[in-house]
Amino acid sequence: MVDRATTTEPAHTVPPDVAEGQVTFTLDGRQVTARKGEMLIAAAERAGTFIPRFCYHPRMKSVGVCRMCLVEVSGPRGASLQPSCFVEVAEGSEVTTDSDKVKKAQDGVLEFLLINHPLDCPVCDKGGECPLQDQTLAHGPGETRFVEEKRHFEKPIPISELVLLDRERCIQCSRCTRFAAEVAGEAQIDFIGRADQLEINIFPGLPFSSYFSGNTVQICPVGALTAVPYRFSARPWDLDQVESTCTTCSVGCRVAVQSSSNRVTRLLGIDADPVNHGWLCDKGRFAFESVNSEDRLTEPMVRKAGRLVTVSWHEALDVVADGLRAATKKSGGPGGVGVIGGARLTNEGAYTWAKLAKGILGTDSVDAQLGDGLPAEVVLGLPRATIDEAVGADTVIVLSGDIREELPVLFLRLRSGIVDGDLSLVELSPQATALTPHAAVSLRYLPGAATELAKAIADHGAPAPATADPTDLAEARRLAGADKVVIVVGRPSLAEDGALVAEAVQVLARALPKATFLPALRRGNVMGALDMGLSPGLLPGRVGLEPGRQWFTQAWGKVPDERGLGTTEILESAGGSTGGEGARTDKPHRNGARVRALVILGADPLTDFPDAGMVRRALAGADFVVSVASLPGPLSAHADVVLPVAEAHERPGTTTNIEGRISRLGQKLVQPGQSWPDWMIAAELAVHLGADLHLDSVAEVWDEIERLAPAYRGITRSVLDTPGATDGVVAPLTVTAVAFSRRPGSAPLDPIAFPGVESVEQQGAPPRAGLAGARTAGIAANAANAANGSKGAPEVGAGTSGDAAVTNQPPQLAGPFEITVPRVVPTDSYSVRLVASRRLYDRGAAVDAVPVLAGLIPDSPLRVNPHDLDDLGIGTGGNVKVRTATTSLVLVAVADPSLPRKVVATDFNVPLAEGTVADLIDATAPVTELRLETP
Amino acid sequence: MSNAAHPTPVDRPRSKGGPAPALTHLGGATATRARELIALYPEPRSALIPLCHLAQEQEGWLSPEIMADIAALLDLTPAEVLGTASFYDMLHTEPVGSHLVSVCTNIACLLNGAMELLEHAESTLGVNAGGTTADGAVTLEEAECLAGCDGAPCVQVNHRYVGAQTAESFDQLIADLRSGARAAEIPTHGTLNRVARTTGLQADRDQIANERAAMAEAQAQRAAAAKDTAANKAGA
Ligand code: SF4
Ligand code: SF4
Ligand code: FES
Ligand code: FES
Repeated sequence: MVDRATTTEPAHTVPPDVAEGQVTFTLDGRQVTARKGEMLIAAAERAGTFIPRFCYHPRMKSVGVCRMCLVEVSGPRGASLQPSCFVEVAEGSEVTTDSDKVKKAQDGVLEFLLINHPLDCPVCDKGGECPLQDQTLAHGPGETRFVEEKRHFEKPIPISELVLLDRERCIQCSRCTRFAAEVAGEAQIDFIGRADQLEINIFPGLPFSSYFSGNTVQICPVGALTAVPYRFSARPWDLDQVESTCTTCSVGCRVAVQSSSNRVTRLLGIDADPVNHGWLCDKGRFAFESVNSEDRLTEPMVRKAGRLVTVSWHEALDVVADGLRAATKKSGGPGGVGVIGGARLTNEGAYTWAKLAKGILGTDSVDAQLGDGLPAEVVLGLPRATIDEAVGADTVIVLSGDIREELPVLFLRLRSGIVDGDLSLVELSPQATALTPHAAVSLRYLPGAATELAKAIADHGAPAPATADPTDLAEARRLAGADKVVIVVGRPSLAEDGALVAEAVQVLARALPKATFLPALRRGNVMGALDMGLSPGLLPGRVGLEPGRQWFTQAWGKVPDERGLGTTEILESAGGSTGGEGARTDKPHRNGARVRALVILGADPLTDFPDAGMVRRALAGADFVVSVASLPGPLSAHADVVLPVAEAHERPGTTTNIEGRISRLGQKLVQPGQSWPDWMIAAELAVHLGADLHLDSVAEVWDEIERLAPAYRGITRSVLDTPGATDGVVAPLTVTAVAFSRRPGSAPLDPIAFPGVESVEQQGAPPRAGLAGARTAGIAANAANAANGSKGAPEVGAGTSGDAAVTNQPPQLAGPFEITVPRVVPTDSYSVRLVASRRLYDRGAAVDAVPVLAGLIPDSPLRVNPHDLDDLGIGTGGNVKVRTATTSLVLVAVADPSLPRKVVATDFNVPLAEGTVADLIDATAPVTELRLETP
Repeated sequence: MSNAAHPTPVDRPRSKGGPAPALTHLGGATATRARELIALYPEPRSALIPLCHLAQEQEGWLSPEIMADIAALLDLTPAEVLGTASFYDMLHTEPVGSHLVSVCTNIACLLNGAMELLEHAESTLGVNAGGTTADGAVTLEEAECLAGCDGAPCVQVNHRYVGAQTAESFDQLIADLRSGARAAEIPTHGTLNRVARTTGLQADRDQIANERAAMAEAQAQRAAAAKDTAANKAGA
């Protein structure tokens, strides 16, 4: 890796606010200004003097326990040694960091730390990137006077399925325990014992099961904590790395992807100030093993005589083109093709597929969400908040699933806003979540009745729902009236129609016109896919089909004639009214055309769509199924054609997170076998359909997105390559967005705060010194242009009509919208309503194909209100029979007092005692109702 | 060791009342007393050490189950309770016999034959220092200065002084402990002194806040007065 400098440019410290609260002091003879209240160590670092440290971490509170950062500070009784991480800068003080006295103190601390630290660097994962090794070399005494026996422990001991502990290596800096307690809020590890027998450990039998445990491995300044997947797998100096964005969920944490011999060896969190502060969740950190999987699809396959056989791309794409044409013909229109999925694609892939589907095939039945999100135009039409704005707000109202399960690092950010800041949380949820203990008020609603609760908050005269405590409701109203309100909107339950939640969201949007919104849709690049138009009724750049018709017709030659179907309706239509197994509806198909062909883009509806029966009927009923996938999932058995696609870390491109932040994806690997990048498959398929998308490289795709998609206007490749834009650029570009992030693109990251991540190579144009300023000015101009909106007609691709009148850029979506909301019939007294929530570790490919994570998938019980359980005469842990109109399952029941009466909850896509919750959900019903019986 | 078996513990709530946690091992009277103790402090966590002593009275040591109960009472994690309990010598996270016999081997006692006494104890009891006899009657412990240097070599049983011991008197002591002859004077290990605080602080958060505010106010006034004086001086 790169040379390590002992003095670095500051990594992520904020320049002092010069106007006020400023302090001037002398640092090694120089005059330095700092913010009042700042710690000496941070002020010195910004001034270019790096003081050695172990326990200090810029993202956690100072504790001053390791004494490595001792410096001389002048005081009334002369200069004395003080820990610079624990002393605030004081006006006029004189600080010396390089005196003999300081040197002697550093020698002493290091000699002391090495008394018990084993010298097993050659067999230690941290060797080569170890702060103890490096600082001993730079500041240590060079020899030790200690000749006695060092302490020994059994090594290593597993403290969870993911983390191993070598206790004798620990230097007792308390970074891991502080992370667990302060940042994650789960003190599952602690110091046990005392003095030379002090060790880090778990409580016997209670593993370090935090979703964030991997961060302790990353910040441990020695090799005491190591990760199971990485242990002994590589030496840091053999690793190659690139900066990228995690696309396991849509928070979009910045990561350093490190690889060796065309395999990812590990992911490390990068401290992106606006997003993840260096933290990752364990799923994002370890899911890369699915990319390394031996099972990866490497060649296109076509079903011949009932079996999938390997063919050339040429043949496979011909078969696909024929199949799609046949479906269109048979259905009498382009609506015969339905495209499902796309949240795993890059923005470029999503755009190319959208252009193929909507511009070439002409079908609008395209949906990147798998019936687990919210109506796309509602989400895209809301005024957007950034994560920083949510964390810094007065009140955040959360109407979504459990954020710790769905968008883990967003949970950390919000939790920190509440615990360390002044943020108040109002939670609207059918059940308790990980945020509930932090909520100022947590209000319950009956599945299907979110709107009723939203109205009660919006309108003081509205009746309080029976599920909400009146005092709590009053408090929620008060908090919702605050100045800065951010509303986090997602899908609290997969057994409740997204339109019902969207309706509640719109009630809040109307009532709180100043509020901004943060979507909590969890799939990797779902926000990018929706922005690129992979949703019915949408075109790229957050534009509706009708408003964008002229602009995109001009650019693409064609757009769909009318609004198409979403995933649920596509599947329903493909299943057909006669479609076997328990078909419940006999509705005429919208648009007349029955969906005959399904193109499934890197998704697995069989396990990941709320209604399993509907998917089975659709796959049985469809004439032709194409799966674009990287791993052979259960879907392969139903596919007529399987096209192997490159995965994360194997293709460059961009991704868009929940904030609308566009960031670069790095490429570090060559994709296996014959697999292709996502955009290329669409572009080549277009050729086989007799058309040409005029997109020949990922850069060309981006340029076209920038030119055509209004929300992405001005975000050119050179803007994305600006050093200050390393952490991404929020779309749409506004003049104020030019402030960007505070991480200077080319500065090395603090090697002690995040060992292992040093100057990361960025994908794209290499940043060059001196360009930053010029580019920032350019961005301001771009932003101004983008804001003006009307920058002429889109450039017209060959083969399209160039004669049409020049039109203005279409407007971006702006809600609120009229949406069709299903009517919820009140529950009869025998039924209960189902809540199906997401868990972090589920049967999705990112977990199931990763051995270390697959073992963490929980077995979920059915959670029932204790009174309802009593009424049934079943004790907690007993069996309960759950019946729907078409099926019944025997599940294990546990009492959950957080649930309202007549509401039961369980988890989606995880094993239950019998079957899965997708067997119970009816995706055509607004809410899923069940009967509970004794088995 | 799977997460399925151990769901993530609930994050520590800020100030939620919630239903009382279900205790699995702390007995009724002890649990009641525990709640009384917690009420004495403005922060529940401050009652951690008193609760450890209280719980130790029940079984003579802090079993994992009891530590989990303490954690539940205080909104801590079991790991945090273990972290504190394992720090203190008088809190035991391993089983202890009904009599904890501590032999001091620090300087004054050393000079008066403590090592010989300890060796004698080890051989007659058949355990090494730190061990517990098979009948569970005695745990032998080597201790640092017990502040009884005037009666060296100093021995304590269940933290009660039993005076300087010789090999013979030590054997008699053990026999008496086993027979229960000194039960009235030396209750079994963990038994607390019955001088328990029942009234007193019972601190009320508002009252504490008010007092702190008043203190801050007074401080500010003093600072202002000092500034005035200084200004006057400078003026003069
Ligand atoms: S295990 Fe590592 S992070 Fe934790 S206290 Fe020890 S040295 Fe620090
Ligand atoms: S929170 Fe999401 S983006 Fe961040 S590391 Fe986890 S999965 Fe990746
Ligand atoms: S005491 Fe300052 S870094 Fe540890
Ligand atoms: S030296 Fe033994 S009691 Fe003090």
